[in-house]
Amino acid sequence: MVPLTWYLVLAAALFAIGMFGVLARKNAVAVLMGVELMLNAVNINLLAFWRYTALGELVGHAFAVFVITVAAAEAAVGVALFIAVYRQRDTVNVEELDAMKG
Amino acid sequence: MTFPTLNFPVIAPQIVLVAAALIILLADLMVANKRILGWISLIAVIGALAAVFVCRSDSAAFPLALGGPSGPGTMALADGLGLFASAAVLIAAGLAILLAIERVGDFSRFEKPGSEKKQARSGDHPIAEAPGPQVTDRAGAYYALLLLATAGMTAMATASDLMTIFIALEIFSLALYILVGFNRRDLRSGEAALKYFLLGAFASGFFLYGIALIYAATGTTSLEAILHNIQPMSISLPFRPLLPVGMGLLLVGFGFKLALVPFHMWTPDAYQGAPTPVTAFMSVATKAAAFAALIRVLAAVASYDRPWLLALAALAVLTMTLGNLAALRQTSLKRMLAYSSIAHAGYLLIGLAAGNQLGVEGALYYLLAYTFMNLGAFAVLLAVQRRDENDVTGDRILGLAGRQPLLAALMAVLMFSLAGIPPLAGFFGKLYVFSGAVEAGLAWLAIVGVLNSALGAYYYLRVTILMFMAEPAESDQEISSGKVETLQPGWAVMTTVVLAVLGTIVLGLWQWPWTQTIAQAVSTLALR
Repeated sequence: MVPLTWYLVLAAALFAIGMFGVLARKNAVAVLMGVELMLNAVNINLLAFWRYTALGELVGHAFAVFVITVAAAEAAVGVALFIAVYRQRDTVNVEELDAMKG
Repeated sequence: MTFPTLNFPVIAPQIVLVAAALIILLADLMVANKRILGWISLIAVIGALAAVFVCRSDSAAFPLALGGPSGPGTMALADGLGLFASAAVLIAAGLAILLAIERVGDFSRFEKPGSEKKQARSGDHPIAEAPGPQVTDRAGAYYALLLLATAGMTAMATASDLMTIFIALEIFSLALYILVGFNRRDLRSGEAALKYFLLGAFASGFFLYGIALIYAATGTTSLEAILHNIQPMSISLPFRPLLPVGMGLLLVGFGFKLALVPFHMWTPDAYQGAPTPVTAFMSVATKAAAFAALIRVLAAVASYDRPWLLALAALAVLTMTLGNLAALRQTSLKRMLAYSSIAHAGYLLIGLAAGNQLGVEGALYYLLAYTFMNLGAFAVLLAVQRRDENDVTGDRILGLAGRQPLLAALMAVLMFSLAGIPPLAGFFGKLYVFSGAVEAGLAWLAIVGVLNSALGAYYYLRVTILMFMAEPAESDQEISSGKVETLQPGWAVMTTVVLAVLGTIVLGLWQWPWTQTIAQAVSTLALR
């Protein structure tokens, strides 16, 4: 059987890649993709921990399903916001959105 | 297979709120007068508040047993803390709805792109001058989203499982992202929503990763079971070292939601760009819900251990100081209050950093006081805000006392309370959290807090001076000749301001019923 550490390293790497995407990309859509990667990294963690340590309950599974649902809702709201902003400003580049300062 | 048993009284407020939100969405399609929708939502909030008071029972819980009766599986808990924070959230929601009833059209109406062309053409035909279907009014969506956000916040305040906390957090966050971007005519509203959304979603990632690690370390997500499992000599936990890492990540997630420095970058933009009633609501209700959840999580996962309390103290110092320093140099009053609400999150955090009975009691009292005074201050900003604008600069209140003495006097009371001048509620809130810190041996933290209050008093009192001693930006002649619109605040906005001021004064002068309720709420927590 694959040891648990492998899953944890995979999840941590995925989380770090997602975080890099959020911090380094300028396009809001790419930032959202980074966030989705972070959430999926958590799903891997939850399922791996459930498989290797669980005390007989399905908490990890149930939680992962909730996370997927929340991620879908978040993507729907996020993309709708991007479209609304794009119609006003013709850009969703986070560096060009600087109407407020201070 | 056993079905989960539901204890309906515990989730009664959420049932009322969500049902009302759905009814409003349906009714929005049928009624032309959108003000009715506002009244329906106000009744729903009052109904939920009644449910909070009537249905309180300490043992009540609704177990959603996952995998069998062995698990503790309590998802929500209607204890004193949860009900107190729910009541604060519902008061904020009720005032925010009352605040918006007359002014919701300012930011909820917008013309669809391309409708200008049609209007220009219809100019040839005088018959077609009636407002066409191009102008949409989304007031119904505003009230429905506000109620859904309120449902999420009350759920977070009563949640007793990391899973419920996360889902409740997402429910209200998603509703707030949309509400912040509600003003389609103002560029800054959409920008604020975009920034709030990206950073909020980023924070959710940290929050979740923290929960996953805590789940790994303790084998459960129920706060009660976590508290039980991490006791020494309990069951064996091979991943125990992951617990502090998980708690740290969870704290980062909470930091984003509570706008603590250094996780506050979204706050000034989101608060300034959002429609003013939304700012008023989110600046107070989010804090009430998230602080209640943080108090619970700290009790279960961190057991109020010394290192965590010092981390909270460091966050509190950073939050107060940076919030106040940034607020000093703002020209927009809305942005100034945004930074000042960051500073207030710092004062609130002092109570938690103290980690004792007095500190947490003080934080809860402060939370209720802050709900009234901050919401009231934003309500006054809405009263002087022009219909076509989404921001309030300092010259809108220049010489306000000459034109609207009552409004100016009420604003002065709110500013004195925010600055912490006795005998108003803001003073006692600060007094309680600071004395909690002193009792816990963190006298230096209390001193930093007092110094910061002095810093805050400067810009709050400056607002008062601008209102009472400065000359108005427009001369009387311009006003009488109608060049400048003299805006009279509507009765609904005035009622909100009066209620908020009354709350501030009553909380300060007549304390024992509130302090007694708070003491009861805190006594069930595992504090040192």
